[in-house]
Formats: sequence, structure tokens, C-alpha cells
Amino acid sequence: MWASINELRERIHAGSSEEVVCEYLDRIGSSKLNAFVTVAAESAIARAKEIDSGGHDGVLAGIPVAIKDNISTKGIRTTCSSNILTGYVPPYDAHVIERLKAAGAVIIGKTNMDEFAMGTSTETSYYGATKNPWDTDRVPGGSSGGSAAAVAGGEAPLSLGSDTGGSVRCPASFCGVAGLKPTYGVISRYGLISYANSLEQIGPFATSVRDLAAIFDVVSGHDLRDSTSVDRKTNYSSALENDVKGLNIGVPAEYFGEGTDEAVEKSVWNAIHTLEDLGATWTEVKMPHTKYALSAYYIIAMSEASSNLARFDGMRYGIRTEDSNWHTTFSQVRAAGFGEEVKRRILLGTYALSAGYHDKYYLKALKVRTLIKQDFERAFNDVDVLIAPTMPYPAFKLGEKIDDPLSLYLADVDTVPINLAGVPSISIPCGFSDGLPIGMQVIGKHFDEAAILRTAYTFEENTDYHTKRPEGL
Amino acid sequence: MITKEDLEHIGWLSRLELSDEDKEKYSPKLNSILDYFGELNEVDTEGVEPTYHVLPLYNVFREDEVGGTTTSLTQDEALSNAPRKQDGFFKAPRMM
Repeated sequence: MWASINELRERIHAGSSEEVVCEYLDRIGSSKLNAFVTVAAESAIARAKEIDSGGHDGVLAGIPVAIKDNISTKGIRTTCSSNILTGYVPPYDAHVIERLKAAGAVIIGKTNMDEFAMGTSTETSYYGATKNPWDTDRVPGGSSGGSAAAVAGGEAPLSLGSDTGGSVRCPASFCGVAGLKPTYGVISRYGLISYANSLEQIGPFATSVRDLAAIFDVVSGHDLRDSTSVDRKTNYSSALENDVKGLNIGVPAEYFGEGTDEAVEKSVWNAIHTLEDLGATWTEVKMPHTKYALSAYYIIAMSEASSNLARFDGMRYGIRTEDSNWHTTFSQVRAAGFGEEVKRRILLGTYALSAGYHDKYYLKALKVRTLIKQDFERAFNDVDVLIAPTMPYPAFKLGEKIDDPLSLYLADVDTVPINLAGVPSISIPCGFSDGLPIGMQVIGKHFDEAAILRTAYTFEENTDYHTKRPEGL
Repeated sequence: MITKEDLEHIGWLSRLELSDEDKEKYSPKLNSILDYFGELNEVDTEGVEPTYHVLPLYNVFREDEVGGTTTSLTQDEALSNAPRKQDGFFKAPRMM
């Protein structure tokens, strides 16, 4: 069930998209992973039949793709895994969905996530946690846990997630698949239900860098409906060369700090040495403000969330409680509709923006963000890419951290600086520890996705971690 | 330090109804997170400009016309998810 785009294309050519789509639907139907919130069986089969009869020649013609439940899909329920959006059916498609449809892709369903993408474990979903395909007692990572678990578990060959502080790379790392957080602005956010708009990007998952680049080529590009969308079209698949000769890798010691699992540290260093054997060089770089990234990130993300989530009031969509007066009704709808973590972030964000605290928290965090961004700029004066662990440890147990929000936030230590700086980063598997995947991230300069894709592709071509699959599903 | 009174105030600003039980439950965790954020006080940010957006933002202009990528939803589409509606409008709770 873990087929590449090329294999699926051959199978669709020899058989039909309908057969392929039905196989994936069966797999989802018998799964214990809870990777999907909504399975779009009927519309997927109808679309597959249409592709089969129409001779569509798009690069993803007839190929199923799973979509995180915070990306708007016309006619398919979209809930952000929150009670407050129960029953919401978007009347329009996100830009990435328009792109996927134009390329012939079949939307197979909507994947589970932390409520409103706020989490690192997919445990804050109103629809229950998703399980890690490698060990169903463990979390898949988050917040795009459903999208990662679906690809790792063979329930979809490709998926989309979103990454605000690591929400694509973390689950990619925990589930042993490839995941990309592009440069801010490369993929339109039109139709992405916003959590922290200055940080978040939509990003793809796949079982190989080749497939990742293929779907990235489809969904990236300029869109007038997102004012931060950038107008520069690149063909990312053409960047995939099995060659790192002359590549200069920077290794930031701060990302291998206290709390980093020994097996993770060892696997990432092994990967760096593998690339060295293939002709790359490496050098240590200093990123002194890294330790402050977590606080800066959470203050900014919570502040933006408190504003972005103001729109959920039961007027235009979602649940509505018994009507009282104006303010009381909205307060009650929101109290009933949001889960605990979402409320916590709205409350803290509101506090950080409120009179008397704005400068102390929000403005201070934005200034620290500048220093973190400058750390990256300085590092990239000397090196082409940075390599670091994606997560400090492999997947933890379900329930292990969920009652202690701060300990859960600390897990994001290596992923949040990337979003603060807006640079691109890919996570790929680079080892295993007691049967659990370990991920490393390759981080690039703004708009230099080509360099990180080439580095990751070369690593994959010369190792076999990405070919390992979980058993017993 | 977020006091019970602070929590009531930000609950109001956030339009989130909080029960007494909620306030008891939220206070310690919110405060331990805020304590952690206090580490930013160590950072010297004298003369550092804030970064609101990582890339320079430009105003994006277009002709003031409906069509192409600026097509709007129809009234029916816009109302299609409203829990309460009347005569082609969203039905709001009363103001007072």
C-alpha cells in the first residue's frame, strides 16, 4: 500500500483510478489509527470515475491525496478538529485544493489534527487522538498528525498539512515520512483556516523526497487572494540531483542541547557524516538566540491566535447555543465550542496583547524574533544548508505530556525558530531507536527549497531509512 | 502573575465564559507558562526593531471589479452554514 506516484500512475494506466482509490478507502475503513476525521468516499469515487473516463493528463491524475482538516474543501466538511466547527461545509476551495484538482488529484478525506493546529501530539482533537503507525500506544506528533500517520500507515500516498511551529515536520519525524515547511509565502494560505498567520505555511507529506517535490510543484505558486503570496515560480522536481559535492553544511550546536535523546543526536550526526562521505563539508555554526525561540514563538502565536479565532462566534458557521444577549451568547458559544488548549492560547494571547502587557510580552517577542532571524542570516553567510534534529526525541506515549502544557511546548524547541525566521525546512527519516523513527531537518535560506530538497534527495538515494514501513497495521 | 480578577478580565476580552471551576483550573498552568516567558527579560533588545513579518510586505492592488480571482460567494453560499438566519440575513442575538 506504500506506492509512489510513479507506481500509482502505472497502476491507474493499467487499471483505473477507481480501483486505486477504493483500495485506499478500504485501508482507511479498516484502520485503527484514527488518521481521518472525514472520509470523502462518495466524492472521491465519483472523481476517480471522472478521471478514468476523461483521460486527464495532470501529474496527479487519479491519485488520492489526504488533506488536513484546517484546509477548506468545497463540499467536504472541514472542522479543524474542533467542536465549534461541527457541521461546517466550506462553500469554496483553498488555493491548494484548486491546484490539486487541476492536476487531477482525488481528495480522499480530511485528516485529524490538534484542535485549530494547536499542539504537538494530535491529542487535543475533538475527535480523539491519532495513533502512531509504528507503535499505536504513541502519538503521531502534531499538529498535522493525521496527515503524517495516513502517509506512514499506507492510507494515502500523499497528504497536506500546515506548519506554524513544526506541525508538518514534527509528525513527519515521529511517523518516519518526509515533510516540508516551505519559505513563508511560497504556498498560498487562501482557504487555510488561520491560527497564527505570520508563521504558518501549508506543507506536503510523502514517503520520498521525489514525491514530496512533485506535490510541492503542484500546490506552490502565486495567488492574488493571499497578500503574502510570493510571485516566483520554480520547478522543484528539477532540483533533485543525487549530488552534494561542494555543499557546505552548517551544524548549529544549540539544536543538540540538553534534553536531546542520545539516539537522535547520533543518528543526525551519522547523517551529516554520510553526506560528508558523498562530498559535502560541514562546519559548526553559532545561533545564540535559539534558546529564546520557544517563548518568542508561543507569545506571537498565541497573540495572533487570539485575534484570528475571534471570528468563531456561532453567527456565520459552527455551533450556536441558546441565544441570550450579544456578548453573553458569543461567550457561551466559544466556551462550549473550544477545547482547553485553544482556550488557554486565546487567554494568554489576549493577555499578551492587553493594555499594560503589550510591550512586555508581544513587542518583546517580536524583537527577539528579529534576533533569531539575524542568527539565520549570519549562519547562511557561511553555509548552504543547516542540519539539525527535527525533534529532540522519538514519539512519546499517548497521555504522557498532555496534562502539562509547558512540557509539550518544550518539545517544539528545534522546530519553532524556523517559523520565526520564515525559512524553509524539510524533515526526513535518518534512523530508528527501539523501532521508532528519528527525523532530521535540513534548513535552507529564504526561497532556497532547491538546496534542501537536493540534500534530502541525495541522502535518500544513498540510505534506506525512507523505505522502512511499520508492521502489524 | 495572572490573578483571578485578571482572568475574569481577559475572559471577558476574549469572549470566553469561564466558570469558577475553569478559573481554578486555568490559573496555575497559565502562570507557569507566563513564568517561563519571563526568560525573555534576559535578552538585550535595546535598539532592536520588531519583526511583524519575515518578508517585506507590499500593498497588493487590483482593479475594483468583481470577477476572475475576486469572485464572491453568492448570498445562498454565504448563508449556507449559518446556524440561524432569516430573510437572507445572519440572525444575530439581541444587543441588550
